Amino acid sequence: MGEFIARRPIWSLIILIALGFFLLLVFTVWTPGMEAMFGRKRVFLSALFNGITLGALYFLVASGFTLIFGLMRNVNLAHGSLYLFGGYVGYSIGSLTGSWLIALIAAFVIVGLAGILMQVLLFRWMEGQDLRQTLVTIGLSIIAADLLLWSYGGDTFQVETPAWLSGPIQLPFVVSLRSNGEAIMMTYPLVRIAILIGAIILGIAMWLALNRTRVGMLVRAGVDDRDMLSATGVRVQLVFVMVFAFGAGLAGLAGVVGGTFQSLQPGEDTKILLSSLVVVIVGGMGSIPGAAMGALIVGLAEQFGSVYMPTYAVMLTFVIMVAVLAVRPQGLAVARR
Amino acid sequence: MAIAEPRPVTYSGRPREGLGELLARQGTAFWVVVALLLVMPAILNPFWLVQILAYSLILGMVALSLMFLGGYGGIVSLVQMTVAAFAAYLVAIFGDSAIAQISLKWPWWTAVPVAIVLATLFGTLSGALSVRTEGIYTIMITLAIASAFYYLCLQNYTIFNGFSGFNGVVPPVFLGVDWGETIPFYYLTLVCAALAYWAVVYCSRAPFGLALQGTRDNPRRMAALGFDVVAHRIAAYTFASVIAAFAGVLLVWYQRQVSPGTAGIGPVVDILIIAVVGGLSRPIGPFVGALVYVLLRTFSLDLLTAAGLDGKRYQLVVGAGFLAVVLFSPDGLIGIWRRLRERHRRRSEERAGQMRIGGGQL
Repeated sequence: MGEFIARRPIWSLIILIALGFFLLLVFTVWTPGMEAMFGRKRVFLSALFNGITLGALYFLVASGFTLIFGLMRNVNLAHGSLYLFGGYVGYSIGSLTGSWLIALIAAFVIVGLAGILMQVLLFRWMEGQDLRQTLVTIGLSIIAADLLLWSYGGDTFQVETPAWLSGPIQLPFVVSLRSNGEAIMMTYPLVRIAILIGAIILGIAMWLALNRTRVGMLVRAGVDDRDMLSATGVRVQLVFVMVFAFGAGLAGLAGVVGGTFQSLQPGEDTKILLSSLVVVIVGGMGSIPGAAMGALIVGLAEQFGSVYMPTYAVMLTFVIMVAVLAVRPQGLAVARR
Repeated sequence: MAIAEPRPVTYSGRPREGLGELLARQGTAFWVVVALLLVMPAILNPFWLVQILAYSLILGMVALSLMFLGGYGGIVSLVQMTVAAFAAYLVAIFGDSAIAQISLKWPWWTAVPVAIVLATLFGTLSGALSVRTEGIYTIMITLAIASAFYYLCLQNYTIFNGFSGFNGVVPPVFLGVDWGETIPFYYLTLVCAALAYWAVVYCSRAPFGLALQGTRDNPRRMAALGFDVVAHRIAAYTFASVIAAFAGVLLVWYQRQVSPGTAGIGPVVDILIIAVVGGLSRPIGPFVGALVYVLLRTFSLDLLTAAGLDGKRYQLVVGAGFLAVVLFSPDGLIGIWRRLRERHRRRSEERAGQMRIGGGQL
């Protein structure tokens, strides 16, 4: 941090001023002049929170994607299908047992098992053939999309929010003042806040697991140099299977989460796959902090875009991607080697 | 032995060959296919001629541009269908269509060249953007570019006319021939496809194509030899985009309309499937793949119902077939054909050898 400030003083100043202005926007009561410029504060705040929670969902999906890519050089284009599969599994189990938590765990386990099967039966036999693995994942995603359409039809599903997470919560942000000077606080769905907190906890846990445990050390070593790691006697195949299972499981878990505050339908798999592609391209392939950063940027861009320039909301994320590619092709959070 | 022994370089151009040699060089199978394609209008009815053959040729051209990039440059780009769709859109925008308030109604001989040039520019730009990263990243970045274009078409109403796109785009009447008629349109696509095929074959043997194949096999060594790897890759994108743009013009004349669905994620991936199923190693592969794909797409309903299955499971068949090809024959249908022929040749040689031995024992 200090190094960055020392190296780029002007940029740091600009970032600080932007941050200060942003905090001002969030915490102060907006004057009529500001309302004329940015629209109503309620809209701004809800776009902000929707963006952050959407970013949390993208982080869940993209972190698995980026882990799998970083370690195995496998661009898993079936990741969106794993997400949708997890969502449908969660929906079925949730409506069977009536418990949201069981649905979440079951989706994680079942989709993780599917990931193990994919790694053991298919990808293990074509290690090092990047293109072939990617083509196989394309084939799998087509098959999975059709199988899911077959068994669940084209209807829209939503995983039911559990009673203890439903309803709104009051946040300590002033939206506007009543005429008698009383402040109106912002209310926001509790389930989204819970998901945001869950994603943050998971992100920190993943960071700790990667940087403070032995398995994490193996994974990081594998990302840097897979051949060297296996030469030191580590059973690298086992590490691969574990990482693939974990990444796939995360996609399944994200499917339940996404099914709770969005909806599940055919076509959602490509949408989420594209979002996570942009997330990892922006953040940098194979990096968990990069996935977090990219997910936040993409989520915010989508939400603010849909509020302030509704026609080109989707384009905005791609413009960001192109800009990042033009300036830092390796992604924002990856060090140049 | 001297390390740098000067080898006498004798470089003489290929001797001019007679017609007979030219015929012999391509092999009989090639000429049989050419003859068959030329006389097809006498054999087939309009449905087969346009809906199956002409459509396969058009899709084959788009896939050919991907094959050129993938097979010779080692670049798997998913943006080729988008380039084609962009050219198709431009023909509808500059030329004439049923959407009178957007179309500029230029004559076809200005609209088509402008469309091809702009689409080529677009392909080159997206190539320049994606060659900055390497290898397997390309597939992701081009997929993202392709979907960006799809969403742009879907949401922009002032230029791309949003969800409905353009309809009523008709092929021109030129030299007294209505090129939208069945037989002229078939020959038009056949000539374009043949030209594209020839261009790819020629380019693969030209210095540029050889250098490109060098950058595919070992970019670092080529860079050390003084070749600009990035420039070669971008030039390859340009070349491929020209072919894709031509195919796009033919596509809009074939479909008589263009909509965001033309550039959707499905068609973009389908082109990759066509090229891979046909085979990325030879220029003929994409056309074979396209023919198989179009046949499967047209008749899957009948086939699946005949097999006692649900006719709607067409995607499942395509996906499973693609997976099978990728798993068992990485060089596609062309690879299977070559292996079969090789095995046949070896067996007949073996038999001939045994006969000789048998004859010697007598």
